[in-house]
Amino acid sequence: MSIWEYANPKRVMQSSAWVLPWAIGLTVLCLVVGLVWGFFFTPDDYKQGSTVKIIYLHVPSAMMAINAWVMMLVASLIWIVRRHHVSALAAKAAAPVGLTFTLIALATGALWGQPMWGTWWAWDPRLTAFLILTLFYFGYIALWAAIENPDTAADLTAILCLVGSVFALLSRYAVNFWNQGLHQGATLSLDKEENISDVFWLPLLVCIAGFVLLFVTLVLMRTRTEIRARRLQALLARERVA
Amino acid sequence: MKALLLRDLRLAIRSGGGFGLGLAFFFLLAILVPLGVGPEGGTLGRIAPGILWVGALLACLLSLDRIFALDFEDGSLDLLATAPIPLEAVVALKALAHWLVTGLPLTLLAPGLGVLLNLPPAGYGWLVLSLLLGTPALSVIGAFGAALVVGLRRGGLLLSLLVLPLYVPTLIFGAEVVRRGTEGMALATPLALMAGISLGAAALLPFAAAAALRVNLR
Repeated sequence: MSIWEYANPKRVMQSSAWVLPWAIGLTVLCLVVGLVWGFFFTPDDYKQGSTVKIIYLHVPSAMMAINAWVMMLVASLIWIVRRHHVSALAAKAAAPVGLTFTLIALATGALWGQPMWGTWWAWDPRLTAFLILTLFYFGYIALWAAIENPDTAADLTAILCLVGSVFALLSRYAVNFWNQGLHQGATLSLDKEENISDVFWLPLLVCIAGFVLLFVTLVLMRTRTEIRARRLQALLARERVA
Repeated sequence: MKALLLRDLRLAIRSGGGFGLGLAFFFLLAILVPLGVGPEGGTLGRIAPGILWVGALLACLLSLDRIFALDFEDGSLDLLATAPIPLEAVVALKALAHWLVTGLPLTLLAPGLGVLLNLPPAGYGWLVLSLLLGTPALSVIGAFGAALVVGLRRGGLLLSLLVLPLYVPTLIFGAEVVRRGTEGMALATPLALMAGISLGAAALLPFAAAAALRVNLR
């Protein structure tokens, strides 16, 4: 029994059908608890007032926007090295979810920036890097959509994902050069002296868990859809031949 | 290999398309921007480094899809793929040919356009140097993008969407070198980083581009 048994689409369908209800339940639980706790049962910040509560959407979605790309990178690598179709389909399924998280992070960031910094948008390194990440997601999704042969599409998007990761990382550090921004540094690290207060931290942690679970749930659902679509295509092709 | 390079150069110059178009675009941009922004020398001089770099980048982008598309259509790319030289070398040579007919002329033209944009005198040397070091990266990255979309009938829009984020680091460092040069600040770090991007891209991206071409020729 090794992890590669899950390269078999049938096994994936079986086990994901078993996992999915649990994932959905836990997602709803975490998100409801985290968001309700965060929105209604935490004090207002002494400087930021109630706008601080945007953090419960902004931080988790920004984290997942980056992690989704990392997951696509790993899936693409597995596809290139071992050519397991499920892995390519999972990468395809994750892209729109990651794009949505990126857009949520940008939108909530703009809503937060307006009262705090006095502007919707600033050419701050983090903001710029996120805008570039959005472009990468769009390019990746567009390339999948543009190519008809699924194997060709999987190969080319996997190459794009690898190269894009390197350049996304480069851009992240390049933009630091050109502007010192408004965005604050990390305040959630485990090893820092000065961190966010526990009152905000605990509900935020629940929200982050909820967003991770939400990502897993959505990717599982979309991968199942992709596998079914692939089966349908195979059936149709067989019928046309027969 | 020399024959291939010469062939590409000859095609680019004789067919009249890509060679002149990028240069003309660059030239027009440098004329139109002052007309749009207004004649105040201070403003123009301040934005000149960025405008020139953006212009060079867009001019490069214009001729990217020609790198492989024509050869793909008439089948010579299949012949090149089966030729005794590796496909990686073909990609590198094609990127070099693209640079010779766009990046290099752009670099030589840029100081003249700097005059139109009131670029401060200290900036000219750095402008030429940064373009000379940075435009090879634009050509190699572009060749990679062109290799990805070569199988698509209308890949132009997709190509620019794919390549645009890849161009960001080069653009930032390039414009930063010229800006710092005009203001007399230390610029060794962005210059070294930009040269690093160019060299790294030239060393590694031909492999990625050749892999993409093989998929497309399958």
